[in-house]
Amino acid sequence: MSTLTFWLAILGAGAVTFALRLSLIALLGRVEVPPLLERALRYVPAAVLTAVVIPLLVYQDGALEISLGNERLIAGLLAAVIAWRTRNVLLVLGGGMAALWTLQAIGQSL
Amino acid sequence: MTTTTNKLKGIHLPKTASPAAAALVAGVRAIVPVLLALLPFGLAFGATAAGSGLSPVEALGMSVFIAAGAAQLAALPLISDGASVAVVVLTVLVINLRLMLYGASMAPHFRPLPIWWKGLLSYHLTDQAYAATITRFDNGETKEPDKRWYFLGTGMAIWTTWQAATMTGVFLGARISEGWSLDFVLPLVFIALAIPAIKDRTTGAAALAAGVAAVFAASLPLNLGLIGAALVGVLGGLAMKTLTERRKK
Repeated sequence: MSTLTFWLAILGAGAVTFALRLSLIALLGRVEVPPLLERALRYVPAAVLTAVVIPLLVYQDGALEISLGNERLIAGLLAAVIAWRTRNVLLVLGGGMAALWTLQAIGQSL
Repeated sequence: MTTTTNKLKGIHLPKTASPAAAALVAGVRAIVPVLLALLPFGLAFGATAAGSGLSPVEALGMSVFIAAGAAQLAALPLISDGASVAVVVLTVLVINLRLMLYGASMAPHFRPLPIWWKGLLSYHLTDQAYAATITRFDNGETKEPDKRWYFLGTGMAIWTTWQAATMTGVFLGARISEGWSLDFVLPLVFIALAIPAIKDRTTGAAALAAGVAAVFAASLPLNLGLIGAALVGVLGGLAMKTLTERRKK
């Protein structure tokens, strides 16, 4: 990616992000939001965040790998349990990384 | 030890300090534990950016202009693969759609403010700032005119930490990126955000539908898989909502 393309992408992404942040804060109370949009927005966080996570865990080097041998999948599942039980971001990061390093060390010694 | 604890608990401001300053400091204090979690995230972004061939100025540019860590991290592989401007912007848009939702729930609290205040506070609207303030605001623990200052304190503390952690990550980059699998921080951060977003059957259905769709759609070009899977997830949530309502009737 050339320097120009990079900055175009970053400025574009920045402008879009700011517009998303400001849009409803500026508009609500002045304009009616269509009820269907309001209902749909409720499911955006759960849907988007899961759609980002799952491929990162189940694909290894571009190939689908749903097995116990997939260290990232196992560490990710463990991190999900930690997130569910504690809601503590620091524990999720620490526990997930520790799990991955441990699994990688075991994998190498086998 | 006791004195330190006391100092941390009491707000040591001169008696003459304005309520605005007190609210600003209270906002900063409230976010300190979250900053600890933000550090490794920012380090990982900086290190991955350096590893993807970005200069320090480019990495900092992303943190200043986008100021949304998850989207920044997700954009890095696209940038190093030479994706088009449209693909990068569209991916960031989809990942940051949730910020619009936060805006919707924050809007009543910022309603009396002039537009420039709304703009300033909107720039600081992040997962962390939202999570740290919305419950207080909804419960009336922080009241007008203090809300803006409380939120600004929270936002500025997050912003400063994010930029500092990004830069540290860039400079440590080469030393910490190889072999430590730090790129795994990306899915971990998303897991930490996703799990609390799954609150009930309907949001659970949205996550499940999106997750399954994402597995099958991952090979679609232009990162369309993410957008498609997110759409399937939203439809899944709406469908479950309709089903649940019908069963009640």
